[in-house]
Amino acid sequence: MSEAVLTDTGDVLPGGARGIVADFSADKQAFQVPWGKAMMWFFLLSDTFIFGTFLTAYMTVRMSVRDAWPVPSEVFALSFGGEPIPLILIAIMTFVLISSSGTMAMAVNMGYRGERNKAFWLMMATAAFGAMFVGMQAFEWTKLIEEGVRPWSNPMGVAQFGATFFMITGFHGLHVSVGVIYLIVVGRRVKSGFYDRTRGNYEMVEITGLYWHFVDLVWVFIFAFFYLW
Amino acid sequence: MAYVAIADRDHELEHHDPTTFITKYIWSQDHKVIAIQYSITALFVGFVALVLSGMMRLQLGFPDSFSFITPVSYYQFITMHGMIMVIFLLTALFLGGFGNYLIPLMIGSRDMVFPYMNMVSFWVYLVSVIVLLSSFFVPGGPTGAGWTLYPPQAILPGTPGTDWGIILMLVSLALFIVAFTMGGLNYVTTILQARTRGMTMMRLPLSLWGIFMATILGLLAFPALFVSAVMMTLDKAIGTSFFMPAVISMGEQLDHAGGSPILFQHLFWFFGHPEVYIVALPGFGLVSDLLSTHARKSIFGYRMMVWAILAIGGLSFVVWAHHMYVSGMNPYFGFFFATTTLIIAVPTAIKVYNWVLTLWQGDIHLTVPMLFAIGFIFTFTHGGLTGIFLGNVVVDLPLSDTYFVVAHFHMVMGVSPIMVVFGAIYHWYPKITGRMFNETLGKWHFWLTFFGTYAIYLPMHYLGFLGVPRRYFSMGDTEFMPESAFVLNQSITISALFVGVVQLLFLYNIIVSLKKGKEAGPNPWKATTLEWQTPDTPPKHGNWGHELPVVYRWAYDYSVPGYHDDFIPQNVPPNPDIPAHDDGTHHS
Repeated sequence: MSEAVLTDTGDVLPGGARGIVADFSADKQAFQVPWGKAMMWFFLLSDTFIFGTFLTAYMTVRMSVRDAWPVPSEVFALSFGGEPIPLILIAIMTFVLISSSGTMAMAVNMGYRGERNKAFWLMMATAAFGAMFVGMQAFEWTKLIEEGVRPWSNPMGVAQFGATFFMITGFHGLHVSVGVIYLIVVGRRVKSGFYDRTRGNYEMVEITGLYWHFVDLVWVFIFAFFYLW
Repeated sequence: MAYVAIADRDHELEHHDPTTFITKYIWSQDHKVIAIQYSITALFVGFVALVLSGMMRLQLGFPDSFSFITPVSYYQFITMHGMIMVIFLLTALFLGGFGNYLIPLMIGSRDMVFPYMNMVSFWVYLVSVIVLLSSFFVPGGPTGAGWTLYPPQAILPGTPGTDWGIILMLVSLALFIVAFTMGGLNYVTTILQARTRGMTMMRLPLSLWGIFMATILGLLAFPALFVSAVMMTLDKAIGTSFFMPAVISMGEQLDHAGGSPILFQHLFWFFGHPEVYIVALPGFGLVSDLLSTHARKSIFGYRMMVWAILAIGGLSFVVWAHHMYVSGMNPYFGFFFATTTLIIAVPTAIKVYNWVLTLWQGDIHLTVPMLFAIGFIFTFTHGGLTGIFLGNVVVDLPLSDTYFVVAHFHMVMGVSPIMVVFGAIYHWYPKITGRMFNETLGKWHFWLTFFGTYAIYLPMHYLGFLGVPRRYFSMGDTEFMPESAFVLNQSITISALFVGVVQLLFLYNIIVSLKKGKEAGPNPWKATTLEWQTPDTPPKHGNWGHELPVVYRWAYDYSVPGYHDDFIPQNVPPNPDIPAHDDGTHHS
């Protein structure tokens, strides 16, 4: 059988929009990436719609309630002995989470270089940052609950504040927690040389990284919509 | 990063050669077994929902003659009937059933890309079905909120099933979405990334285009249902007020305040309208292949068909508020959503024309699958045309919440997809089981079902024009309903019960033919697509023996002049005497 009859597009490859169509409808696979990575893309696209719906619902609720919405810079302020500093905890949390994206990116790099040990430790660092984030979130929740904020009511203003806050940050925190477990599982396999035996490459580190970066990116939006609005 | 993934090298596929009965048929990772598990579960709940609709019809046709149908149970039957039929039967059967069975076989792959996840998908689906059905046995029974579950009434006392039913319904939906996501990611990735050599996207059979687009719609639309299910569960379980305004219920001011019921409607229909196409698009795809195969003629306008599927999928995300005209909205929004709704009619009409033109001057074999496929063209055109009525705001307002709407959506997304389901089951039955079904019984099944459904739904349009409201337990004495409306209701009920009983023919046929049917051979319909070219029938684990097939042509080489047969399978190498069909892969 001759190769030419299969999907030969001739010597001149089409350019522009036709080129995109030709690439997409190519032989065997549409994207030149491993199956797992493609699947993670599609999952994250779907998850984007979940968070997108959550945030849209939040915005709708916030714009349609009749009573005053609590002022974020007052509600989320912490005082260390002196004047309350607005948003200080959230600033630290955001910094920690963004840093974890950095260590994750380095872990992916080390994975592809085959430096298993370094990749493992960088993934553990990422997981530690993630755990730290969840820990601080637990602290923030505890503080708000002590101040009387509940999903069904709160002393600062309209009840929907607590409802949307706990629901959306909770759902995101769940994602971070799952990510930490995911990192630990994949990290242990990196260390033990599991991927050398099964696949011969470290694309799994990158796939884990995709998920992690996504969770970080979502946080940026939650941060903007909840704390800065 | 240089990366070459080749589907015909097994290294990416997890190894899971089954050895025992349990790994072969119960905890199976084989896409064909999972497909059959999905299909049997879906058909089973479908029959439950069919019985429920029979009970509703008994009350409507012969009011107050049956003591076991109370207003409470009537609303529970309505709700469960709708939800089961739309989600747990049609979505699961088209994507979990046909998607699982056909995708790897039609693209020439050995299995889905992640078989283990595929298996988990089925088991989570089964749990969601069990949770849903368990609501029949809890105190208060299943929810009676109507399948749209509109708040505030869905969670207020007074609506049936507000103790446990509504919670179980929401949990069951969330589980279904988890199951669907695991399966759906597999279907999309498999179609995009694991095709055999020569199988370009523009050589895919239309069945797969339909399933592919429907899966994408599912992955993007189910999130809205998931989020609204979470929010409503919180409203019900811990007293938040996402969807609950300040309400006085039974003389008491409830603790809720400030929520928006309209928000739920938006979220629900942002899922709900794409859901219509999640059910319709696989039907469009499958019926295209049925028509082409049994008319021995290439599908008319293949590329147009593909683009129409993509266009319908895209448009389905911007029409949702046409379900909410009576909820009240800014007139400009109504104008916008009416316009987008009518625009969808364009690609849909293209598809209908192309189906008819595929039949035009074809060598039509009136086999059982073909009868159902032609039946689909009738019922779908019919239901689609009434959709144009309802898409217009001014026409919709008087017709909304009448039997006209019931007739419309049952024709377009009840009867039509079910026609395709039956046609497709009969069409692929020989491949799945290796045996033929009983042709005569199949034809009886078709004609009785086809005329029976018309006897049910045609009169409903008339009832709708009279203004007979839907969802009413009993019509009572009213000025505007003439005596004839009640006679008509009796006639509808008798037809509905008759059609329900006729489905036993189908069950009997597919069960008895398992043993008694005559050997089908590998390709009884002389079809071109890859699933008919497997070395074994039914296909064994791994589908293709030692070597994967190589594809040289599109899926519709029927009655090609100069060839000795009236069909050329996709894996037949090109013959220099026959001009190759230009399927768009040769650019100059």
